[in-house]
Amino acid sequence: MKILFFASLREQLQTGEEHWPDLKNCLTVADVKNKLMSRGELWSKALSNTQLIISVNQEVSNLNTAIALEDELAFFPPVTGG
Amino acid sequence: MSTKNTPKCTIRIQEHDFSLDAAYQQLRQLSPEKTGAICTFTGLVRDYGDKEGVTGLYLEHYPGMTESSLQKIVDQAAQKWQFDGVHIIHRVGRLLLSEQIVFVGVCSSHRTDAFSTCEFIMDYLKTEAPFWKKEIDESGSEWVEAKQSDQARREKWCDDSA
Repeated sequence: MKILFFASLREQLQTGEEHWPDLKNCLTVADVKNKLMSRGELWSKALSNTQLIISVNQEVSNLNTAIALEDELAFFPPVTGG
Repeated sequence: MSTKNTPKCTIRIQEHDFSLDAAYQQLRQLSPEKTGAICTFTGLVRDYGDKEGVTGLYLEHYPGMTESSLQKIVDQAAQKWQFDGVHIIHRVGRLLLSEQIVFVGVCSSHRTDAFSTCEFIMDYLKTEAPFWKKEIDESGSEWVEAKQSDQARREKWCDDSA
């Protein structure tokens, strides 16, 4: 599974992308988020931002969305283009 | 008003600048027999009201999702108005003050559809397409916060169709 981070979140986490060879027992987006947040204060603080948007396979999703090994997840702040 | 149509759509995400005339001429050529109105919008880098001394921007995006989200916005517009084509250009990377950031052009048989579609696409682009702006000034740089006023503009379209 591929996990992407963008913009301010990418800078906070000091990484834009990671790959998981297996799902680490995660079934939903919420499981993945919790797994990431358990890495320590930097991760738990950055991902606790309630405004963050989550996408699965480039579609805006939510914490209850089910995930699969071939999925591409992304976490990002509210958009500011245009 | 609600007639379904499948307009021709060109979406370009690029670092380099664009020619307004070339984009306009492309729209003119899409359906020359049908088009009676072309509405275009161009967004530029400005010195923001909430922060002084901005010298430029850095624009980041989510390759792939950006294009698909813009296509979805165009498809939504096609459910509401009749138009023949849309041309969207959005720049990414480093941009200086007063440079062009975004272009949205719509060609239609009638001006009302062209105006509404162009405005709708811009309002949705600003609140849904995965782009992020970072303002650069002499002392450093800061990510731009999403604006409630942009969200309100987008929601206005939902009220209209209710």
